[in-house]
Amino acid sequence: MDVLTLARIQFGATIAFHYIYPPLSIGLGVLLVCMEGLWLKTKNPVYHQMARFWTKVFALTFAIGVATGIVMEFEFGTNWATYSRYVGDVFGSALAAEGIFAFFLESGFLAVLLFGWDKVSRKLHFFSTCMVCLGAHFSAIWIVVANSWMQTPAGYQIVSHNGVERAEIFDFWQLVFNPSSMDRLFHTLCGAWQAGAFLVVSVSAWYLLKKRHLDFARASLRVGLTVALAGSLLQLVSGDSSARGVGKNQPEKLAAFEGLYNTTSNAPLTLIGWVDEQNQKVVGIQWPGLLSWLVYHDTSGVVTGLNAFAPEDRPPITASFLFFHGMVGIGFTLIAIAALGFLYFRDGTLHERRWLLWILVFSVLGPQIANQLGWFAAEVGRQPWIVYHLMRTPAGLSAVVEKNVVLTSLILFTFIYFLLFAVFIYLLNDKIQHGPDDADLTPSGKLALPTKTEIAP
Amino acid sequence: MTFDLNTIWFILVGVLFTGYAMLDGFDLGIGALHLFTKDDAERRTLLNAIGPVWDGNEVWLVTGGGALFAAFPNVYATVFSGFYLALILLLVSLIFRAVAIEFRSKQPMRWWRQMWDVGFSAGSLLSGLLLGVALGNIAWGVPIDDRGEFAGTFLGLLKPYPVLVGVTTVALFMMHGAIYGVMKTEGKLHDKLRGWAMNCIIFFVICAAMTMMATLLYVPHMTAQVRDNPWLFTIALANMLAIANIPREFHHGRDWRAFLSSCAAIITLMALFALNIFPNLVYSQPNPENSLTIYNASSSSKTLGIMLIIAGIGVPVVIAYTVCIYWIFRGKVKLDRMSY
Ligand code: HDD
Ligand code: HEM
Ligand code: HEM
Repeated sequence: MDVLTLARIQFGATIAFHYIYPPLSIGLGVLLVCMEGLWLKTKNPVYHQMARFWTKVFALTFAIGVATGIVMEFEFGTNWATYSRYVGDVFGSALAAEGIFAFFLESGFLAVLLFGWDKVSRKLHFFSTCMVCLGAHFSAIWIVVANSWMQTPAGYQIVSHNGVERAEIFDFWQLVFNPSSMDRLFHTLCGAWQAGAFLVVSVSAWYLLKKRHLDFARASLRVGLTVALAGSLLQLVSGDSSARGVGKNQPEKLAAFEGLYNTTSNAPLTLIGWVDEQNQKVVGIQWPGLLSWLVYHDTSGVVTGLNAFAPEDRPPITASFLFFHGMVGIGFTLIAIAALGFLYFRDGTLHERRWLLWILVFSVLGPQIANQLGWFAAEVGRQPWIVYHLMRTPAGLSAVVEKNVVLTSLILFTFIYFLLFAVFIYLLNDKIQHGPDDADLTPSGKLALPTKTEIAP
Repeated sequence: MTFDLNTIWFILVGVLFTGYAMLDGFDLGIGALHLFTKDDAERRTLLNAIGPVWDGNEVWLVTGGGALFAAFPNVYATVFSGFYLALILLLVSLIFRAVAIEFRSKQPMRWWRQMWDVGFSAGSLLSGLLLGVALGNIAWGVPIDDRGEFAGTFLGLLKPYPVLVGVTTVALFMMHGAIYGVMKTEGKLHDKLRGWAMNCIIFFVICAAMTMMATLLYVPHMTAQVRDNPWLFTIALANMLAIANIPREFHHGRDWRAFLSSCAAIITLMALFALNIFPNLVYSQPNPENSLTIYNASSSSKTLGIMLIIAGIGVPVVIAYTVCIYWIFRGKVKLDRMSY
């Protein structure tokens, strides 16, 4: 393997691992705000117990999110130095803004969220929870803006310095509101809410199955299922508008998503199937006209096919197709699961339907897998460009790194990340088995009547 | 020296890295001292002394990196791709340190705690050392070719001078961490830390003196500014006074002021460093004409201007709530059931 391939694998692997955790923090952040808000409003101690329990899970995901995020921050410079020189003027400001507006906010108020229960008033604690949640959302905003600029560059001009070209900001707001940023931001955030909500749903469903912590489980399910259902439905809306954006701004990507070779009106949507690259066709069940309708809201709309692009400008087709269809399939499944769960919960019959509870237990994997597939589709579909139609991926590679060095670091990161993942699962499982603390049903410290401070052994 | 945007960003990036050294410096120092403590309660106390703040402190580094990328993309690209292995090692130690803090006290088993204790301590020591070595290399100068790319090797980064700076940095952080620890603890541990702080000061003064000598003898360009502008010597003097003040404050039982003195020592050291490399960001050795300066490595002035607005809005807010959060967690550490 050459340096380029290794560098790409390293980048893809490290970001994919990082992206296990931020969606959980963003999603759990929203749920924590709901839980603590409900507690303040209803004074029902079970909400306090929930907030305390899920805060601990939040801390766990956050720690790994931070540890793996720092790697990402530096990896642009290590592996993609030429790219960094080319886009630094445009791209760097989003990254710096992320630090100033998002990370400081999140990590600062996290201290109060985690350790401040007995030190500050309820209102101030709730405020801190809101700030942590806001901070997590801000990090998504800036990083997705930066990434969307790579997908649909806008607000820049190409300037040459001593014969070396680079992109420079021309209009900051055009850069921030580039054609794809808002659609993709909304879509990633929905994905994150789903990730957090289905985690809560999954753990609570498991408690119901095991007949443990029943009050806690029911109250958690109420909040979890509501957010899960809302997130899943919004995901469909935002996914649809993302897809239309892709059709307009990156036609070869959409064609690869759908395995469409010939430009045509009345283009079909594949419900299930695969691409036969040899014969340039899709094998599977297709719905005629639906793709045209989705992109233009009109079955006679003309969708550009891959043959309109030179072979060296086409993204990998089978991979894009499978990632994309995997995500969409999971998206519809999650809507169905969340809707069923919600309805039976309203009925009060959810706890009798063990089959559904088991599905809910495993539903936590859905958003995680869909999130990964979605990013892989978006990023692989952008290839062969690192910055769409401006710079090809091989051109972005660092000039001075050696193969052995990249390989060594790749092996090192893989090893460490497997270790971290194992420890994460172990500790998460431990927390879940241990369950919520009954002591949390009686708030202590400044949050309630003064009690003796306990000292843990 | 004119105050154009490039100079302002030179200062701002410097402020971010100084903030990092001053704040995460004591976290790293506590980490370096971690294994010297005897029992679990002591370790937990120290860990919780930095518990609520270490993560926010590390963000100074992340934001410094982001600001470097945005303001001086060529430096970001050259240094990070050139120092590849060193940087990967730094990342690995930061990862272990971060997760060790979070994971250590989550299980009661001895082996479990011991394992993360070592991770925390080794990660902290190595982070400080590597950051110092990087700083030392920037001071000494690294080979840069005419395209602005790094032209050296990993082993080439381990010259005696940068390693000396690395060790000095570790000593500085240990001193800083010990003083922070004195401030946050009470009882036996407090007295113990006070003793360590004195040893660390001695260790640091020896290292600093050696670095100073080496700089005067072998790195003439790093003293050029001071030689040309003798008034700058006052900064060096302030640095020495700040360090000398630490035992004095201890003696009077004013731990908090001792800590401020230690902060002042770090600020003056960073200021001396920045003044002497200015206007270079990466000094090229042996071909000084290839150096990356605040002009040939910067973003466009439009971007620098936009970033200044972003910083102008963001930084005051950050400082305001950072101060509030330190205020909320002021006072001696007490272990409770939320603690690490
Ligand atoms: C829980 C996760 C999840 C679920 C259920 C879905 N998506 Fe998605 N999708 C993402 C999570 C995601 C993502 C990880 O957030 C991506 C990757 C990049 C991005 O902007 O969002 C994404 C990208 C993405 C893109 C590519 C955007 C681009 O390349 O610029 C399209 C067209 C869709 N999605 C469309 C859909 C549709 C029609 C869905 C049907 C319900 C759907 N997604 C479900
Ligand atoms: C968080 C979820 C993300 C995932 C799972 C992901 C995944 C990937 C994958 C798999 C590739 C390799 C594509 C290929 O080589 O064919 C890639 C490329 C790339 N991505 Fe992402 N990405 C994510 C987010 C981002 C973000 C937020 C940015 C920038 C802000 C980014 C920047 C890049 C760059 C610069 C490349 C080019 C290098 C390459 O082709 O390997 N990615 N990404
Ligand atoms: C290549 C792109 C990325 C880079 C350079 C990056 C950088 C970072 C860094 C440096 C941190 C640690 C911050 C700290 O110390 O507190 C972090 C954490 C975080 N990142 Fe990323 N990140 C990337 C991709 C993403 C994406 C795609 C998202 C979300 C859509 C995201 C959301 C977050 C969040 C919410 C955190 C807080 C920690 C956590 O919640 O786990 N990041 N990231």
